[in-house]
Amino acid sequence: MKNPLDSLWGTVIAGLVLTLILYNVVKFAMQ
Amino acid sequence: MDFIQLGLGRWLHVMAGVMWIGLLYYFNFVQVDALKAAAADNTGAGITKHVAPRALFWFRWAAAVTWLAGALILGQHFFEAFFFLKSTYYPIGVGAWLGTIMLFNVWVLIWPNQKKIVGMVAATDEEKNKSRRLAFLASRTNTMLSMPLLFFMTASGGVFRTAVFG
Repeated sequence: MKNPLDSLWGTVIAGLVLTLILYNVVKFAMQ
Repeated sequence: MDFIQLGLGRWLHVMAGVMWIGLLYYFNFVQVDALKAAAADNTGAGITKHVAPRALFWFRWAAAVTWLAGALILGQHFFEAFFFLKSTYYPIGVGAWLGTIMLFNVWVLIWPNQKKIVGMVAATDEEKNKSRRLAFLASRTNTMLSMPLLFFMTASGGVFRTAVFG
């Protein structure tokens, strides 16, 4: 499997996905 | 005291942060592709010799100032944020951890390897290639982490936190 960080768009998409995951984790933890 | 800690501290944090992340984006969105194109016609020496070392200087020191100013802003709440001791500080705690990981990447992974790449430290071609890959991945990791970092930084204070996290 290709490393998504090798591509700029792969990096941006990985960043967006990570943001979404962390947002939901923090929102859930704050409830 | 609040004026220095929260007023000037936040101002410095944002200014240094803009320089840090701005240069990070310059490396990832501009310089990587520019060096690839320059390698094709052997014009990359100018970037490697004159641009990269200056950009790296401001990049790594801006990273350090950003982190220190962030720690100053957290002040007496530093441990509550870093160790998630109070739910109010969860968003900024995540932001602070992301910033800390990124600072580590800058000073421990990117900078020592970049010194070999630009010739500030002696290295064989094989070592340079290894350093190039490692510094590249650390830099790309920081670009990825900068997205949640900026999200949590901008969604951590007062009305912004309430709007985003309820």
